[in-house]
Amino acid sequence: MNELSLPMLAPEDFDTDQEVRWCPGCGDYSVLAQMKQVLAGTGVPREKIVIVSGIGCAGRVTYYLDAYGFHGVHGRAPAFATGIKLANPDLQVWVVLGDGDGLSAGANHLLHALRRNVDLKIVLVNNEVLGLARGQYSSTSRLGTRTKTSPEGSFETPLRAISVALAAEATFVARTLDVEANHLAETLRRAAAHKGGAFVEIYQNCKIYNDGVFEFATDRSTKADAAIFLEQGRPLLFGKDRNQGIRLSGFDPEVVEMNGAVPIDDLIMHDEKAEQPTLAFVLSRLTGPEFPECFGVFRNVSRPSFDEQVMGRITAAKKAGTPSLQALLDGDEAWTAE
Amino acid sequence: MASPRKTTDAPPMPCPVEEIEQAAVRFAGDSGDAMVLTGARFASASALAGNDVCTRPEFSAEIRAPAGTLPGVSGYQVHFSSKEIHTPGDLLHALFAMNPAALQAHLRDLPAGGLIVVNSDTFTPEEWVKAGFAANPLTDGSLAAYRVHALPMDRWTQEAVAALKLAPREAERCRSFTALGIACWLYDRPLDPTLKWIRTTFAKNPVMVDANTRALLAGRNFADQRGGFLKRYFVAKAPITPGKYRQISGHEATALGLIAAAQKAGRALVYPHFPSAPAGEIAQLLLGREGFDVRCVQAEDEPAAMSMAVGAAFSGGIGAVVTSGPGLSLASETLGLAVMMELPCVLIDVQRAGPSNGMPTKTEQSDLLAALFGRHGECPLVVLAPTTAAESFHSVYDAVRIAIRHMTPVIVLTDVALAASSETWQIPDVAALPPIEANLPREGAPFEPYGRDEKHVRSWAIPGMPNHEHRVGGLEKEDRTGHVSYDPANHEKLVNLRAAKIARIADDMPECVVDGPEKGELLVLGWGGTFGAIQAAARRVRRKGRDVAVAQLRCLHPLPKNLGSLLAKYRRILIPELNAGQLSLWIRAKLGVDSECLCNVQGRNFLVREIEAKIEEMLGRSASPTAPR
Repeated sequence: MNELSLPMLAPEDFDTDQEVRWCPGCGDYSVLAQMKQVLAGTGVPREKIVIVSGIGCAGRVTYYLDAYGFHGVHGRAPAFATGIKLANPDLQVWVVLGDGDGLSAGANHLLHALRRNVDLKIVLVNNEVLGLARGQYSSTSRLGTRTKTSPEGSFETPLRAISVALAAEATFVARTLDVEANHLAETLRRAAAHKGGAFVEIYQNCKIYNDGVFEFATDRSTKADAAIFLEQGRPLLFGKDRNQGIRLSGFDPEVVEMNGAVPIDDLIMHDEKAEQPTLAFVLSRLTGPEFPECFGVFRNVSRPSFDEQVMGRITAAKKAGTPSLQALLDGDEAWTAE
Repeated sequence: MASPRKTTDAPPMPCPVEEIEQAAVRFAGDSGDAMVLTGARFASASALAGNDVCTRPEFSAEIRAPAGTLPGVSGYQVHFSSKEIHTPGDLLHALFAMNPAALQAHLRDLPAGGLIVVNSDTFTPEEWVKAGFAANPLTDGSLAAYRVHALPMDRWTQEAVAALKLAPREAERCRSFTALGIACWLYDRPLDPTLKWIRTTFAKNPVMVDANTRALLAGRNFADQRGGFLKRYFVAKAPITPGKYRQISGHEATALGLIAAAQKAGRALVYPHFPSAPAGEIAQLLLGREGFDVRCVQAEDEPAAMSMAVGAAFSGGIGAVVTSGPGLSLASETLGLAVMMELPCVLIDVQRAGPSNGMPTKTEQSDLLAALFGRHGECPLVVLAPTTAAESFHSVYDAVRIAIRHMTPVIVLTDVALAASSETWQIPDVAALPPIEANLPREGAPFEPYGRDEKHVRSWAIPGMPNHEHRVGGLEKEDRTGHVSYDPANHEKLVNLRAAKIARIADDMPECVVDGPEKGELLVLGWGGTFGAIQAAARRVRRKGRDVAVAQLRCLHPLPKNLGSLLAKYRRILIPELNAGQLSLWIRAKLGVDSECLCNVQGRNFLVREIEAKIEEMLGRSASPTAPR
């Protein structure tokens, strides 16, 4: 079938007959809606799309998308997805993780899937709390987060998902947030187009157990000062009047007032294509309230994917001729008994 | 090439040849002595001479232990016979020891009167002390019970290769071929296969072809002229079904079984391996086989390996892993998922002494109950066990065939001894291997992800198939639709369906076959890798005039359909197993049959004589032949 004859898909084509059962107001609804938009627009037929997920609220997304779906055990979705992609590299494989799934139970698998650069679209829906487990702090909960298991506020240092992905040598690393529908869709679209492992963190509000944790970036009154939307080749400017910037002082970032005294060239210029992830890592460390937090594509570089390399060897070997299974079984020292 | 046979000695009298039924010979030395290679060559020569052959390597405990020390000793045992054999042999006929440490480490397995052939050039005071001898064992009389041949193999080797002006280290390396030459002369093995092997292996280094050839010939000639042997030995050809044969180890058979099954199924073999023994060893046999569409991935941990295999199964590949020890425990979570999802995958567990890290290089059969029951929930799957190294091929092949046809995980229980040992294998004709069929969705038929065929098997709808999009997961499935369901009656139905699907597989499996009388006093029932020892023990008992029935289980779940009625034909059942009585427990639980156990948990396989003694004890206890119960 050539591409022209592909039927155009609508987001509704991905509806299943299953009732969506997230809590009212959950950010996962937005994630689901934008995933449907993006999947419909990629031109990949439904039968070639696989959604792999783990345990957690976000993991339910598998049952709500009419494609092939694999709802695994806690934390191991990147490993299942690696096997799925390896056996059938033609598939577009999405991995949907929660923070408990991807950065706690299965942190190891996430690191290695990214390091190998398996061509997976990994979406980490981060609400900084364990929702399905009913409200315990997670490995990404901010210091002081009050939960059932941290009644006086969490005192464990949280992981920053973007820093982790960069440290794992991910080739595509981005952050977006549930309520920014267009930004979310565009980020997922770019992840889908990336050849290799793509990692997208979505800040997702849990209405029940961690409500308002991302308000700084969603509330109209604070958003301009608390969020930077990254643009390729542009300086890091933010604020209502774009009168603040981020520059490096030594190895550390600092916020400067753009009052005429600081030349714009002093600011960090965003380059998602930079070979070294050093500046991307600096951006991944920017956390409120001292700093605005960054959204957009932190890193987007090209490296051969794992599956592409494995298949390259297989194609080359097959080109060299079809080996004989009988000769393989016979080995070098077979003999015949009369 | 100058003949190394340059000697002023008078032509020796031809040495008389004694014919013996079988012999076990062990080659032992420092890791630098290449004794594993020497033994493997001797085994190959024996197989080509028409004997049945079974071998066992003994690797040094450390990767690079100091030279001359006991932990640095490695060895290779070759059992060759004019009868069918499946064990590497209980007692040695001869021990080749390349240094004092090798003698010290292996002497206990040589009975009085056995042959000792040592490289006397290594028996210096420094070396005896390192090996723990107080004095030179060659001269202090401590070896009086044995027939000792102290041969200066270093000097013989140097003499043989002198003309080639090799570096001293290179010349020294040739001495393993000198030892091999001596062994080939002593047991009347042809040199041609080894000469051919030397030419092929060292093709890029003609000097080493020449040197190793000279060393091999020198070993033979000097053994003849200066070895002081009073006789040589001859083991006649074993009766063998006409066909094509080779030597194969359990590991090789496993790797080939996986490739053959994936090829016959027409699917990619996805082999994720956590790089420890034994998975890494199989990986080495599978890497480089890309032409057969083998896709290997080195996994970050054991759960990842199992998860990748199940993921591969979902998207239409043959997913298989090899593991051992705690790896089986780590795989159990994903095996449970595969049972719930009803996806085909294969786990090969090379059993070793446990629990935990136990004795990683030592064999045991102690994972049977873990394989049968070691998962939470009602979680039945298929458990197979090959009975010999070569049978691992067929067992693994069958595991893939059953997994795909019946949409279930299959565990294959092999063991450390089986995996490392080599034996003669009748190479199957690829065209005659059983077909591997999948229950794919029928074209045009309405698709239900958890609808079932007459064998209770759901269809394998693979991503890429249009109009078969569906979701699988670890949550309980609604019958037919596969939707998530917490309905109590549905759960019970599905638990029963999954169990019935596995039980039903017994209809397609061979029945248990008895070797020996079809009813009577005693049946010896074994499973897996104890087959060789049980079979040999029964043969010895029969030779002494008592008959005994033996049977070996190859499928532990589901059990063969005829097993209950078969066991009822014998008054008593003896189950020898390398654990604390696991099969015995399973048989009692499943069939209500009591048995007597012969248990061994010493990290080694049974000696034939241990089983023989137990059989005789049990037969002796029964005063008169009695009717079956």
